[in-house]
Amino acid sequence: MKKIVSILSIATLLIATEGCKKDSEFLDVQPTSILNNDQAFADATQTLSILADLYNRQLDFSGLDNGWVSFADFSESFPSENGQSGIVQRNEWGFGAWSNWDYGYIRDLNLFLERCAAAKTLSQTEKTRFLAEVRFLRANFYFELVKRMGGVPLILKPLLYDYSGDPTYLQYPRAKEHEIYDFVISEADAIKNDLPVSVTEKSRATKGAALAMQARAALYAGSIAKYGANTPQVSLPGGEVGIPASMANDYYTKALTAAKEIIDGSAGNYALYKAKPDLAENFASIFLDKNNNPESIFVEDFKLRSGRVHNFTVSTQPRYGAEEEEGGRINPSLNLVQAFEKLDNTFAPIPISDGSGDPIFYNNLLDVFAGRDARLAGTVILPGSTFRGRPVDIWAGYELGDGTIITGDDRGAQKTLPGQSSPTQVVGFDGPIMSKEFTAQSGFYLRKYVDPTPGAGSRGTNSEVPFIRYRYAEVLLNAAEAAFELGQTTDAAGYLNEVRERAGLTIPLTAADVTFDRIVHERRVELAFEGHILYDRKRWRLAHITWDGAKMTESDLLSNLGKANKRSTQPYGLWPYRLHDPSSPNHGKWTFKIVLPSLVTGANRFRMGNYYSFIDENIRANNPKIVRQPNQ
Amino acid sequence: MKKYLWLLLIIIAGSACKKDNFDAPGSKLSGRLVYQGTPIEVEYNQVPFELYQYGFGKIGPVGSTFAPEGTYSMVLFNGEYKFIIPNGQGPFKWKQLPNGAPDSMTIVMNGSQELDIEVTPYYLIRDHQFNVSGGKVNASFKIEKIINDASARNIESVSLYINKTRFVSGADNIADPVNLGGGAIADPNNVTLSINIPASAQDYVYARIGLKIEGVEDRIFSPVMKVQL
Repeated sequence: MKKIVSILSIATLLIATEGCKKDSEFLDVQPTSILNNDQAFADATQTLSILADLYNRQLDFSGLDNGWVSFADFSESFPSENGQSGIVQRNEWGFGAWSNWDYGYIRDLNLFLERCAAAKTLSQTEKTRFLAEVRFLRANFYFELVKRMGGVPLILKPLLYDYSGDPTYLQYPRAKEHEIYDFVISEADAIKNDLPVSVTEKSRATKGAALAMQARAALYAGSIAKYGANTPQVSLPGGEVGIPASMANDYYTKALTAAKEIIDGSAGNYALYKAKPDLAENFASIFLDKNNNPESIFVEDFKLRSGRVHNFTVSTQPRYGAEEEEGGRINPSLNLVQAFEKLDNTFAPIPISDGSGDPIFYNNLLDVFAGRDARLAGTVILPGSTFRGRPVDIWAGYELGDGTIITGDDRGAQKTLPGQSSPTQVVGFDGPIMSKEFTAQSGFYLRKYVDPTPGAGSRGTNSEVPFIRYRYAEVLLNAAEAAFELGQTTDAAGYLNEVRERAGLTIPLTAADVTFDRIVHERRVELAFEGHILYDRKRWRLAHITWDGAKMTESDLLSNLGKANKRSTQPYGLWPYRLHDPSSPNHGKWTFKIVLPSLVTGANRFRMGNYYSFIDENIRANNPKIVRQPNQ
Repeated sequence: MKKYLWLLLIIIAGSACKKDNFDAPGSKLSGRLVYQGTPIEVEYNQVPFELYQYGFGKIGPVGSTFAPEGTYSMVLFNGEYKFIIPNGQGPFKWKQLPNGAPDSMTIVMNGSQELDIEVTPYYLIRDHQFNVSGGKVNASFKIEKIINDASARNIESVSLYINKTRFVSGADNIADPVNLGGGAIADPNNVTLSINIPASAQDYVYARIGLKIEGVEDRIFSPVMKVQL
């Protein structure tokens, strides 16, 4: 009995003392899964983790981690995946294409700026850098929005609803298009000296990144001001879309100044990548070499075995010998391939036939592409070349002496040729085979950004090559264009020649050679598959001319090369055939045919209403001050 | 027990029908684009119209595009609607307010109705004739300029298209394009165009003439004509 009492009394005592917390203390238990602002911004490492998320949410037109399809389209390539044939079957883009209105991201950027500035335990140096970085991200995102939508509401602090029942005070109108560009430019000026000068820092904002953004933004604004005069109906009376022509020269001047600040080295020793002696391999390596790259300025980076990798190589590697049972999805078109000029600075179609229209026979597949801009072989995997040391197997079949084609409808199919007794391979393991996905249906595979590192093409490992958002060659092209538009054609030629010399085009352009056609061409071939083409065609008001909805004939394809107003509405291919005719001196040699892949039934049409993307009706219903886009 | 289960299910099903479903709209609004009785021919899926109905909170349009013959139809609920054709659409002028926004037409739906939409095109293609000779489709027609005041616009080009189906336009054209620049038209009252007929198993094609107006995105067309080869 005594034992029970003592146990009971001890138990009671324990329970009583445990239970003797005040009620108010119970409510003071700290949450273990929520950080308040002071805790979140308590030290630099903690703050950096929040900042990293804001970096991840940057929006690019194309991204290695948001699908290979973002690199395809616009007749620059054929999409060799059955589920994506829609790209070449549709006759126009919807008005909502490329639309974005992510004010949630802007709010989070504004909140960071507010909270970081108020943080009590960060040092001034730490704060300055973080604030400058987020102002860069915000300006870069507004730049992305204005490229797609034109003027948008310029919100620079987090807004709060007062639950009074009247939200009209939160309804901001669209800023003018030029006001957004002015904001991007002025933010760059305000923050550039608070950002580090470092060529090796590429995934966080640097002075070079701010200047590169500024140069591109000012150039874009200048060209919209100048070339917008060609499409007067692409404008709004309130200036939300369209920039007055009188502002062009100031913008071009600003662009040239910003570009020169990078070129002169005051933002770091950025330079063109020239590490490899083979010029084509050198060009391809710009996008593969992470460690010794003076050219990339601001990138979206990835890291193996960290969870942050991308499957771009898995999707696009040459199919034959691929590390997975897939690849080959982006087939650059003949439209792009033939645009690369010859080493004497002239433009000519790929020489598949002679003056009388008879086919030319080549000993080797690569011979037909010889003597051209090295960026062709650096951007495109040509038939007869290798990837990862292994030859690609791109050939369409055998042609007999009478013109009959012997081919197969499976990769590497075998048939018996006339005069032979056993079957032999009659079509490449990489195709091209009409309508067969993952084969090179245009006769070409993509090389740019495709990573030959072992494991990069396998789903388990993936690739860590970064996506380059700003690089030095583009800064030179921006300077060239701005100088050209300001009448400084000698300087323009100088900048262009730097970029071209790296591509093996060693005959320099003279000042008189620099024309608008040259500027347009140079940007296309240097920056192919980097997410520029839509924005460039839009700002030059060429988009509705290049993609005018008319189907292309072969003579259409081959004419007007090197001209800014050349039509390119359907992606064509070039298919190699091997002659099988023992009686002919050309037996065993290669001949080529121009082919329109049979899945290409549509023709790209860019309408006036596509210049500025559709603003969703919900947005306009919630805020009647938002003016709708023109021509939709 | 099972009996009650079936009863319960039936009751639930029956009451669900009553509570969850609205009656479908039943008033059909249809008509065509006209100018003084002449129908306006347009390109498939390119000229939109919008209908707005107020009094239901959020404002947003329902709408569609005009068929190539200029016809349209919508099935709506009874009520009052405002009809507009957005700015920049159509090879014609639609009335605008002083601030540049498109003026609206009020349509009261009380049962089905036929309503033609009167617009003023910049040009009309008249007296079109098609014949076949020498492996070509030959077209002759007259271009009538309708708007002659300060808002008049020039002809940018006139084109002839042929296709195997009744959808005929720049994108739906099986032949090499045939375009005549506006400056090269000698006599608008008597224009001829010829287009080569590509080899095909079909013994007929559909032909259409399209006219592009300077500064206006949408073309005005002739009616689609079936041409026996």
